[in-house]
Amino acid sequence: MIGPVIKPVIGNVISSPVFMKRISVAFAALMLLAAVLAVAASVGETAIPVGTVINTIANHLWDAGHPVDAIDAGIVWNYRLSRAIVAASCGAALAVSGAVLQALLRNSLADPYLLGISAGASTGAVSIVILGLGAGMLSLSLGAFIGAVAAFAFVTLLALQAGRGTGAIILAGIAGSQMFNALTSFIVTKSASAEQARGIMFWLLGNLSGVRWPDVWLALPVAIVGLVVCLWHARALDAFTFGRESAASLGVPVRRVYAVLIAAAAMMTAVMVSIVGSIGFVGLVIPHAARFFVGTRHGLVLPLSALIGALFLVCADVISRVIVPGQVLPIGVITALVGAPAFALILCHGRILR
Amino acid sequence: MTLELRDIVWSAGFRKIIKNVSIRVEPGEFLGLIGPNGSGKTSLMSVLAGIRPPDQGRAMLAGQDMKKHGRRKLARQIGFVEQQADTTDRLTAREAVALGRTPYLSMLSPWSERDDAIVNRALGDVDMTHLADRFWHTLSGGEKQRVHIARALAQEPKFLLLDEPTNHLDIRHQLGLLELVRELPVTVVAALHDLNHAAMYCDRIAMMRDGELVGIGSPADILTSENLRDVFGVEATIEHGPNGECAVRYHAGMKKDRAA
Repeated sequence: MIGPVIKPVIGNVISSPVFMKRISVAFAALMLLAAVLAVAASVGETAIPVGTVINTIANHLWDAGHPVDAIDAGIVWNYRLSRAIVAASCGAALAVSGAVLQALLRNSLADPYLLGISAGASTGAVSIVILGLGAGMLSLSLGAFIGAVAAFAFVTLLALQAGRGTGAIILAGIAGSQMFNALTSFIVTKSASAEQARGIMFWLLGNLSGVRWPDVWLALPVAIVGLVVCLWHARALDAFTFGRESAASLGVPVRRVYAVLIAAAAMMTAVMVSIVGSIGFVGLVIPHAARFFVGTRHGLVLPLSALIGALFLVCADVISRVIVPGQVLPIGVITALVGAPAFALILCHGRILR
Repeated sequence: MTLELRDIVWSAGFRKIIKNVSIRVEPGEFLGLIGPNGSGKTSLMSVLAGIRPPDQGRAMLAGQDMKKHGRRKLARQIGFVEQQADTTDRLTAREAVALGRTPYLSMLSPWSERDDAIVNRALGDVDMTHLADRFWHTLSGGEKQRVHIARALAQEPKFLLLDEPTNHLDIRHQLGLLELVRELPVTVVAALHDLNHAAMYCDRIAMMRDGELVGIGSPADILTSENLRDVFGVEATIEHGPNGECAVRYHAGMKKDRAA
């Protein structure tokens, strides 16, 4: 019964000019992203021509059989490309999470770490690395993920106890973050050696150097699924423009949308943080940048946030690798160094926020 | 289609805000809701709008429990304009009105020319077409209120619920807004503070006190000196015109009564 009814509807949607335009814009965006990824894979301590990068990728994807230097191919495929793709996934996921939380909580200063996730991840990470929890059975990433989920659960319970409203969620997030950050500091100052403390600090500021293909197969699907889930609710997010009551009167199932989207944002953030550490400012600033270009509708803001976030983090990663010769800076330092002035600019030009 | 509440009880925490209210909105009428501050007008409006499910009793649309209709279907029948709904987002008046199409849109029924036409008509209905592309934060209080009403109208509702729609407006805009709403081809329920406005524009008036409905009827039936003294604690004379219209004239010197 349903099939014959839905099919012409889908046909109409697909053949409409708006849909065609969207598909071509999305295609162009993906091409741009691919180009930036290729460039990112060619830049580094040993510069490798983009042509070699493309040949290497072709060899791996289609067995193209181009003659490529084995060492170059190894660097491109095993190190730089996986790293760039994880950076892109991470940037997209954090930016989308930030955009979603800013819309739901009606607060332009909301960011993905508001829910206590990065604080929890750091506690989880130091518990593994310094306290030796899990007796070597747990990796740092898994520990960070468990910590992130625990902190998110704590914040959620607190927010539910504190009662209705967006203010309760924000305050619960602050309480949770402070508590887990204090735990982290406590563990680091009590038990860490100088070398460990330095390593942890590096990790906390975001670090892509250990990233390989297995991380890609985790980060990429999570980013894509998260983006799709959030895009599916784009109109519901629009309906929150005038607050929760207004969204409810527009037919939005407020509680369900809250639960689904906050869980999606939290999952994306927790996975990314557990792979690369807590990279700041992406989730806060990128959504504002996206709104600056396309206005407030989330059908446009979310994909553009994802794109800008991905491009920004790939570029930031390249800069972190090359800016100090012979040394890799934590990527969070770069994003904050670029992000903080950018954010100051946004604050001064308050029109963007208002 | 009717909108009806039967023996509604609604509490915030442990405090009963609405106590056993039954009310039936007749199709096509302009029903005014009056009562002192804290008498439960806003809560009753949200229950009527289907935003807050009642703790006891039945809230019904077209003879069926609102719950059974589902959120989206309710939003196609009931447009609700809250008392204070503002935003810091940088969106235009037209985009704000377009939000009213939310209950009709989905992945399989995306925005169409028909939606554009409905948004344009809603903007025209509230006389905001010329300001459609202005940003929200540049609009005056009265203009914002008209945009909100246009948003509710874009939902193509049978019922338009307004919670103190004339708050913060000057007198010309207050009267203009109520005039406009009365001309619209929808059933209107409006919580009103100004009793003279209620008398001028409402077909029927419902009066609340402490979460209870203490009377419902024509303006002349409800707006009496006794009721105003009992419910609002003010002394007033009601002046009746030749065509059944009435107006409230308040008396000064109520402070003495308070003290006593």
